[in-house]
Amino acid sequence: MYDPPNLTELVTAVREFLEDQALPQLEGRTAFHARVAANALAIVERQLALGPEAEAAERTRLCDLLGRTDRDADLESLTRDLCRRIRDGELGIDSPGLTEHLRLTTLDKLAVDQPRYSGYRRATHSRS
Amino acid sequence: MDPEPAKSTDALEAGLRRVVVARIDGANDVTSPRRLSGGASQETWSFDALTPGGPVPLILRRSPPSKQPAQLLGSAIGLGTEARLIELAAEVKLPVPIVRTVLLPEDELGEGFVMERLEGETLARRILRDEQFAAVRPKLALQCGEILAGIHAIPRERLPSLPTQDARGQLDQYRGIYDHFDDPRPVFELAFRFIEDHLPAAPDLTLVHGDFRNGNLMIDPDGVRGVLDWELAHVGDPMEDLGWICVNSWRFGGELPVGGFGTREDLAKGYEAAGGAPVDLERVRFWEIVGTLKWGVICTMMLSAFRHGGDRSVERAAIGRRASETEIDLLELIAP
Repeated sequence: MYDPPNLTELVTAVREFLEDQALPQLEGRTAFHARVAANALAIVERQLALGPEAEAAERTRLCDLLGRTDRDADLESLTRDLCRRIRDGELGIDSPGLTEHLRLTTLDKLAVDQPRYSGYRRATHSRS
Repeated sequence: MDPEPAKSTDALEAGLRRVVVARIDGANDVTSPRRLSGGASQETWSFDALTPGGPVPLILRRSPPSKQPAQLLGSAIGLGTEARLIELAAEVKLPVPIVRTVLLPEDELGEGFVMERLEGETLARRILRDEQFAAVRPKLALQCGEILAGIHAIPRERLPSLPTQDARGQLDQYRGIYDHFDDPRPVFELAFRFIEDHLPAAPDLTLVHGDFRNGNLMIDPDGVRGVLDWELAHVGDPMEDLGWICVNSWRFGGELPVGGFGTREDLAKGYEAAGGAPVDLERVRFWEIVGTLKWGVICTMMLSAFRHGGDRSVERAAIGRRASETEIDLLELIAP
């Protein structure tokens, strides 16, 4: 329904403008903040690419883990349900599937947020 | 290029000139203060006092009068207290900058102090990668241990009024912050649970620096020149400082656990050699877990400063996306 360019193309264009044209002309704190801004746009690009599949997989895992039959429940309410059960001691480190779910979810988040983070590289390397 | 309106920088320069000329020997003027990046919770300005003998390099740390004192980390002590702690550390020959003067209310510059500007590097990535630090890097963990032993040995009766924050207290405090921001995170829930289940027996409490890590240490090719950023100091478990410097976020991609530059064994060796109590590596690890969780909660809290507070910077917004880094670290620590 919306005309091209698509969201990814728009965000990429802005990020490349910041990196290639604006940043070389900036200095000090403004340059620092421009670099942070470019990194934030790179997060948006990665989430647009990877987010839908990761969220669908997370929802499936959560429904299985929580024994929920409302498979279309929204992610936030499922996550709140999981938090409550961990807090109440109903689920814990030894619960089957829990830490595996958390690990997969966290790795999917890091693939978007910060794929160069040392902890992410170590975790993906040690398990692949 | 400075985001501060020129007018307020002029007022700052005029106020600094008054303070410095009146209270620093020989000073007759100051150069324009330059805002340094880094130190997100308080302002840090670099300037020189001009004297007949030449320029004297100085740093101003302050919370401006127009703003609330930085409460971002929930537990920051005032800058006047911070100055007093730096003076106490200097008295026992620890590497810290000399405090030159503490701001008074009538100075109308807010709360803060002026200290000498040390030469050296605080940027963690440079400390970990630059050739000029290659020779000193293997010695840093040992030095950090020695310095921490010195900090923890400062007699408690000499300390200014500081909050007491043991493991239980910090668990409750950060649980409260986490609950307040209502950002549900199962990994944090699991970590809170783990910490609750592994609380150590009550240790002897000492002065704790609270933010002793790569990034807050001024390093030169001979080693640690200055321990900076005392705003999170408190009375607590000394092993907290040894755990905090091991948190993965403060390794900045380096492989080694202590700040990315050294081993836990060297840290403990330096600590014990300088008169510190025997290091309990299990408790250090416990505090590394607490520290990782704290940094994660702080990331979500700083996001809130963007959402609800006055700080609309991209940095504040984007930092929320760094909490996931602490989640993978927590999982590696509690469910390897």
